[in-house]
Amino acid sequence: MSKPKFKNPVVNWIDYRLPIFTFMNHELNEYPTPKNLNYFWNFGSLAGITLVIMIVTGIVLSMNYTAHIDYAFDSVERIMRDVNHGWLLRYIHMNGASFFFIVVYIHIFRGLYYGSYKAPREILWILGVLILLLMMATAFMGYVLPWGQMSFWGATVITNLFSAIPLIGESIVTWLWGGFSVDNPTLNRFFSLHFVLPFVIVGVVILHLVALHRFGSNNPIGIDVKGKQDTIPFHPYYTIKDLFGLSVFATIFAAAVFFFPNFMGHPDNYIPANPMVTPAHIVPEWYFLPFYAILRAIPDKLGGVLFMFGAIMVLFVLPWLDKSSVRSSQFRPLYKLFFWFLVIDCIALGYLGAMPAEGIYVVLSRLATAYYFFHFLIILPLLPKIESTRPLPVSISTPIITASSNASTVMAMREKK
Amino acid sequence: MTNKNTPDDKNKRDFLQVSTYVLGAVGAASFVWPLINQMNPAADTLALASTEVDLEQLEEGQAITVTWRGKPVFIRHRTKEEIASAKDQLLDGLRDPQTDDERVQNEKYIVLVGVCTHLGCVPLGQKSGDVKGEYGGWFCPCHGSHYDHSGRIRKGPAPTNLEIPQYSFLSDTLIKIG
Ligand code: HEM
Ligand code: FES
Repeated sequence: MSKPKFKNPVVNWIDYRLPIFTFMNHELNEYPTPKNLNYFWNFGSLAGITLVIMIVTGIVLSMNYTAHIDYAFDSVERIMRDVNHGWLLRYIHMNGASFFFIVVYIHIFRGLYYGSYKAPREILWILGVLILLLMMATAFMGYVLPWGQMSFWGATVITNLFSAIPLIGESIVTWLWGGFSVDNPTLNRFFSLHFVLPFVIVGVVILHLVALHRFGSNNPIGIDVKGKQDTIPFHPYYTIKDLFGLSVFATIFAAAVFFFPNFMGHPDNYIPANPMVTPAHIVPEWYFLPFYAILRAIPDKLGGVLFMFGAIMVLFVLPWLDKSSVRSSQFRPLYKLFFWFLVIDCIALGYLGAMPAEGIYVVLSRLATAYYFFHFLIILPLLPKIESTRPLPVSISTPIITASSNASTVMAMREKK
Repeated sequence: MTNKNTPDDKNKRDFLQVSTYVLGAVGAASFVWPLINQMNPAADTLALASTEVDLEQLEEGQAITVTWRGKPVFIRHRTKEEIASAKDQLLDGLRDPQTDDERVQNEKYIVLVGVCTHLGCVPLGQKSGDVKGEYGGWFCPCHGSHYDHSGRIRKGPAPTNLEIPQYSFLSDTLIKIG
């Protein structure tokens, strides 16, 4: 591949010394992309844009925020009432966190449905799970910053999870707190980490993209690109599609920010933190609810913590749990069915996490937790043994060509790896 | 010097290499430790004063909550029935077996760190209208832990009894916590 010549001589001059334009042209312009991507492939770019929105609004919020237990709550109220456009910036940041998780969860389930975690994209997938973990840590610490009742008690309960570790648990918790309870040292370090972790996420996102561009995107039928006829250049086809998706997303996001900014939050967080009184029902932010349900489903402290972290750990090893060589659910009738069971199970866990831990809710949480692990640890490894997958098309272009020429189904060989 | 590797040369190089790695690792670790240790409680946090509480006004059946090291401490003036029920409890049925005598200095007053040993919420049961749980002591609403009149865990996810802070009676009705 020869170096592209740019029309602008200044660009050429720079590119000769710092090949940044060649790089951008290669990765964002001519980058060959499967031609059959559907709208579920918009969520990656949406996640990236949301990350940028969070960083930009976060930096300006920090200019007005005070990380001290005596001033934090008031400084956020001042942002809401007195700082120019402060209410807007805070509502964007606050709702942005929720939208970030909505986008990333859809992005992840897209990967599950189309088998995007399979070879050769295992590292790409693992980096994604790592990003999810970092996002969770960041959002958790951000939620502590306004120092409301939910901030304080959320921080208390979550940091106390570490006390379940045998022998050293108590020392770890004291170390996390910098004292004997969640207090000013805790707030200070959470602010520091909340500030820096998003930039760590940016770093991992870059690695995620490097891994993506090694083999390119997966696609709805999950077979490899066979040649030029299966791809189209990223620009203008997917830049415009991503832009269209972004405008739909931005419309919904703006509607939330302007018309129901507190819908996804908890009213108790507008009560200043009180270390002496726990609110009657403490619930985490909605995006943590499925994990919270798993934590509470296990009647043992250490067990609950292990299962909760285990729920994410299974995602790390997913590429080795699902041994089927067929990626997309479109050709896996049984997997497709179980995929939807898993979606229902996760929604059920989210609902149960918000309910009080008593009576029927406890029983249902246990069943739903058991099913979650059953899906990953039992169903996925066994499925390839009993499932007869549907025949795969020869290539991405073939089904379209044969359909138009009215030929009958192409019986293709399974892809050989 | 010859440019041939004698076994001696190889040994020397191995030694240099290994000692460089080891010293490098020691150096890195001794730099990392302060970075980690700065997160542990600072000297002023450790030096937090103790709290003195006068129990003169605390009638039988009443409870007060005081702050110590940023945490609530429960002090309850127990009734005769509560004391009896705490003492009569057989140890077999307990998750974290302790007799009531091991948990009090003066059986009238039970002094507890008011922090659920599950995940750190403050249990209910200090105010007269509070839910006190199935064993009449305290109840943690967060994930449903029930404590008895001695602050022992009886039901729910908490693994151990409510902690007893360090305290001493300065007089019959004056106690010092910490
Ligand atoms: C991964 C990206 C991020 C996520 C998921 C996130 C999440 C959150 C959340 C959930 C809150 C609590 C909002 C509320 O209830 O008021 C918050 C607050 C805050 N965040 Fe972030 N954040 C991110 C990036 C950043 C960055 C990069 C900065 C600074 C450079 C920042 C600075 C702040 C500040 C100062 C607050 C306190 C003000 C407030 O509560 O609105 N955030 N963040
Ligand atoms: S914190 Fe008390 S039961 Fe969980």
